[in-house]
Amino acid sequence: MEEQVKNISTDEQQEYVINMGPQHPSTHGVLRLVVSLKGETVKSVQPHIGYIHRGIEKMCESITYPQIIHLTDRMDYLSAHINNEAVCLTVEKALQVEIPDRIKVIRTIMSELTRIQSHQLWWASFGMDLGGLTCFFYGLRDREKILDIFEETCGSRMIVSYNCPGGVMYDLHPNFQQKVKDFIKYFRKILPEYDQLLTGNVIFHERSKGIGKLSLEDAISYGVTGPSGRASGFSCDVRKHEPYSAYDKVQFKEILFTGGDTYFRYVARIQEMWESMNIIEQLIDNIPEGPYAVKMKPVIKLPEGEYYQRVETARGELGAYIISDGNKNPYRVKFRSPNFVNLSVLNHIAKGFKIADLVAIGGSLDLVIPDIDR
Amino acid sequence: MRSIINYLKEVYFGVKSLLVGMKVTGSYFFRPSTIVTQKYPNNRKDLVMFDRFKGEVIMPHNEKNEHKCTGCGICELNCPNGSIEIISKTITTEDGKKKKAIDKHIYRLGMCTFCALCVKTCPSNALAFGQKFEHAVFNRELLIKTLNKPGSQLMKGVE
Repeated sequence: MEEQVKNISTDEQQEYVINMGPQHPSTHGVLRLVVSLKGETVKSVQPHIGYIHRGIEKMCESITYPQIIHLTDRMDYLSAHINNEAVCLTVEKALQVEIPDRIKVIRTIMSELTRIQSHQLWWASFGMDLGGLTCFFYGLRDREKILDIFEETCGSRMIVSYNCPGGVMYDLHPNFQQKVKDFIKYFRKILPEYDQLLTGNVIFHERSKGIGKLSLEDAISYGVTGPSGRASGFSCDVRKHEPYSAYDKVQFKEILFTGGDTYFRYVARIQEMWESMNIIEQLIDNIPEGPYAVKMKPVIKLPEGEYYQRVETARGELGAYIISDGNKNPYRVKFRSPNFVNLSVLNHIAKGFKIADLVAIGGSLDLVIPDIDR
Repeated sequence: MRSIINYLKEVYFGVKSLLVGMKVTGSYFFRPSTIVTQKYPNNRKDLVMFDRFKGEVIMPHNEKNEHKCTGCGICELNCPNGSIEIISKTITTEDGKKKKAIDKHIYRLGMCTFCALCVKTCPSNALAFGQKFEHAVFNRELLIKTLNKPGSQLMKGVE
């Protein structure tokens, strides 16, 4: 009998199932991952979502269109401005409102600032996930400068609620242009520091290169968009393929890599910060004059029909889909959120790696949990 | 032989990359002026928020204890989560006309999401944002505020 027990090799032993989360520091929110392990190797990852489900899509059905804006802030709180823009563009598309250039440029600059601050926070927390606590301080220090710009113009730092159907809530603050210019000048000097701290670090290389490889075919079939998809070579930048706001007026290149592992997802985001700064620099000096908002009716009613608009958030493609029955409330609202789709690929790419790599892979996908649950 | 050289190379570049990173952090040790930490709450006295900062919704009163709120209820309609409630009363003016005026403008700070729709849509600019942001209280009831001050009246000329 004892001999039999000894003969059972490790392969035949039972799988070990553990819960990662819902309160795990590396999930950045309440996401529960049920991880099946064999030894230390991940056999499967099952995400259990819904811990922060607030029913935003359902709540949208009972409120008016201007009121929806403040709810979309709370989906992907790190790209709040871009979420707002998605709804505003959909409403404006439905009403066929002509938007002046000034509003378009303001929205584009704000979106790109949002993208930079989102990637800064991601860089900070990704470094922390991999054990480099220094990154967290550096990332947040520079993010603070963008949040100050937001606070001066929009009134709040993260949950900005700055867009409204037909324009923006307030005009730009007189200091805005100078502050953004100062920030770009500052951040161009600081971003190489990020590379010295983490990108070149040997420990970081060991933990990220070849980990969680996502092929181009899988990226397309799972629908992984944003920097995560583009690191696998999936050309999916909505700003490039279907320009909205002022993106058709600026020159920028889509960041594409073919590596598809954690390291390339990291580099894609760092490169995006450089590109975002290029976009802002092209626009900041020539913001056209004009009104900051188009006069809309006090009660906005969309004509009957279905409307869809997609935008590029910091994490991928966000689609806002509104069905209207002609009332002041939408009949149905659906958001195609990038995080939900990006999460679905986690099981596929984390299989066969160690559990410590799962943290790195999850961090490199840059998941924001409230956007998954909505 | 080649493998040994490669190994040594790896060690050399690995240690070098660590030192480059430590140079960045170490350099801040000699540049304390670049550190940006604010000493909150010790700097409370000279902490100035931006003009547009959305701390809380307030109703500005002038020195004669008059406000601009006519009690039209547009802010209540526009509020997405019911944080505003207007209780109105009928008053008789000096020339004997009956008129609607606000009795209480109730603002529930605990429910407010600071979307700025009430301030934005108010036709007589009666509401504004205050700069106060330290709202922690021990009792939930204290978060329900009455914005119009006791005994206040509608400003003359505001309809």
